[in-house]
Amino acid sequence: MTARTLYDKIWDDHMVDQAEDGTCLLYIDRHLVHEVTSPQAFEGLRMTGRKVRAPQKTIAVPDHNVPTTLDRANAATMTEDSRIQVEALDKNAKDFGINYYPVSDVRQGIVHIVGPEQGWTLPGMTVVCGDSHTATHGAFGALAHGIGTSEVEHVLATQTLIQRKAKNFKVEITGSLRPGVTAKDITLSVIGATGTAGGTGYVIEYCGQAIRELSMEGRMTVCNMAIEGGARAGLIAPDEKTYAYCMGRPHAPKGAAWEAAVTYWKTLFSDEGAHWDKVITLKGEDIAPVVTWGTSPEDVLPITGKVPSPSDFTGGKVDAVQRALDYMGLTPGQNLSDIKIDTVFIGSCTNGRIEDLRAAAAILKGKKKKDGIRAMVVPGSGLVRAQAEEEGLAQIFIDAGFEWRLAGCSMCLAMNPDQLAPGERCAATSNRNFEGRQGRGGRTHLLSPAMAAAAAITGHLTDVRDLM
Amino acid sequence: MDKFTKLTGIAAPMPLVNIDTDMIIPKQFLKTIKRSGLGVNLFDEMRYTLDGKEIPEFVLNQPAYRQAQIIVAGDNFGCGSSREHAPWALLDFGIRCVISTSFADIFYNNCFKNGILPIVMPQDVVDVLMEDAKKGANARQTVDLEAQTVTTSDGRVFPFDVDAHRKDCLINGLDDIGLTMVKAKSIDSFEQKAATLRPWA
Repeated sequence: MTARTLYDKIWDDHMVDQAEDGTCLLYIDRHLVHEVTSPQAFEGLRMTGRKVRAPQKTIAVPDHNVPTTLDRANAATMTEDSRIQVEALDKNAKDFGINYYPVSDVRQGIVHIVGPEQGWTLPGMTVVCGDSHTATHGAFGALAHGIGTSEVEHVLATQTLIQRKAKNFKVEITGSLRPGVTAKDITLSVIGATGTAGGTGYVIEYCGQAIRELSMEGRMTVCNMAIEGGARAGLIAPDEKTYAYCMGRPHAPKGAAWEAAVTYWKTLFSDEGAHWDKVITLKGEDIAPVVTWGTSPEDVLPITGKVPSPSDFTGGKVDAVQRALDYMGLTPGQNLSDIKIDTVFIGSCTNGRIEDLRAAAAILKGKKKKDGIRAMVVPGSGLVRAQAEEEGLAQIFIDAGFEWRLAGCSMCLAMNPDQLAPGERCAATSNRNFEGRQGRGGRTHLLSPAMAAAAAITGHLTDVRDLM
Repeated sequence: MDKFTKLTGIAAPMPLVNIDTDMIIPKQFLKTIKRSGLGVNLFDEMRYTLDGKEIPEFVLNQPAYRQAQIIVAGDNFGCGSSREHAPWALLDFGIRCVISTSFADIFYNNCFKNGILPIVMPQDVVDVLMEDAKKGANARQTVDLEAQTVTTSDGRVFPFDVDAHRKDCLINGLDDIGLTMVKAKSIDSFEQKAATLRPWA
């Protein structure tokens, strides 16, 4: 039998039909749904009299629009259009009989945090959602990627997706990370190396010792940003850490079914001699704590670096860098660690899990944020929030002067009231530094939770290793 | 979905690389439960000042390009989020074709579902089309999906590749869901098989 990659294996096990031209119909095991990209899809079902084919495999949770302030049970905290979207999801979940975690449920949170937390996401599955950060679930060795609303409707109606197979891209991180360096620094450094289009047309498998040494939370952070490198999906082969994370989760198999599942999961790895269309290798030891300076996730440098000049680049990137520096209000040659910030945002599907909060709290313990800085922590789910309170992390954040919020996407994309003002500069643990992403005119520097905590203390971008 | 066969129209040059979906349609316009009406907010933050006035330099605000139906764009057009609001906004404005050296996967896919043809061309061809587009409203380009060619305003013809299935769907305005429903028996038998092999899934 020919040697196959992990992606090849999952693909083969989900193929329903293959047309002569190579177009495939792929079966979808889990369909996650949120309020922003689904209303038109449900409307389409109603207009054509179609049903949700597998409501038991469909899971919905509102996250993008929901306020994260403690008074959010009061409907007046949402704008009318946001409220209509959330209410539409309430109604669609009920009408079509799908699994649902409403805003009032303690399990509510960002869809990509809720899925794994509840055991919906398991190794070897196909997982889709009308959201590009669906790549997160690849951390379990699940083939997971974002889809558009037309495809959401297609999956709701047929539990399948029309796909062509992507190419295989191996990203190996050898050795171990140095202290102060995290999963976020790995994933940003990979994007820095490949560019935001480097993964276009590929599915990435992350491997190597540094990846194996990451926790499941860290692996989710790495896979989450595969899309920022252009790859629809990022994968990490499951191992004992994966099984340990899944075991006992509400929707994970139990008893004999669990044993059968683990037996199958143990076959999910890339075979020796499998074909890779592209390979890059980074040394774990070489990865530094990084920050972004521009308006594309590929605009990334070690915190010890300086703001580059457009003349350091070629082609279309020259104009793009000039535009980015103008937008970001930065000067070539400026030390990255001299950049003063106004705001710190810790949260998002990239870095809103318990380990992220632990990492930030470890830096903040016994310290205070710099006066005048706006700082907030938005846990990725109600359960992450509860656990952080139990572990005493919430109190560390509150004592340091941070706002301790309820769960949601929040300032990652600023669809709810958490937004930057024009010119406001934010150290953010989220995933996109695009123009206007966190609010029109807002300036975003992407970094790890530990680096965000360090910036909150000093008031400027800071090498977290100086505070350790 | 509207069919796409052959289009002759004004092409707007947008040479910026990495035009992302937040630029194409900023998040505040995603709070709709409809597909229509987004054209007025296409490229909103590049197109309007904070108080809602048109920025005259922006290409689609220039008289020559207000009726553009084609965009010739820099590398990696449509990167970022999966929001189908991006192609909906383009379509609502009147854009039926985008030409670039590369597209983000999800955006590329979303275009075909909405009757928009994204065309990948090599850099040297995009350069020619970009220069041609810069000539303005009198320089109409022709995109012929059946023949798989783009013709510049001065008659230079460039072939392009497109997936046969997607081409067929665009030319005939076919609904994917209807096509898949025809295969319901295959889906049924897959589910029966999977229930034995992977009962936990």
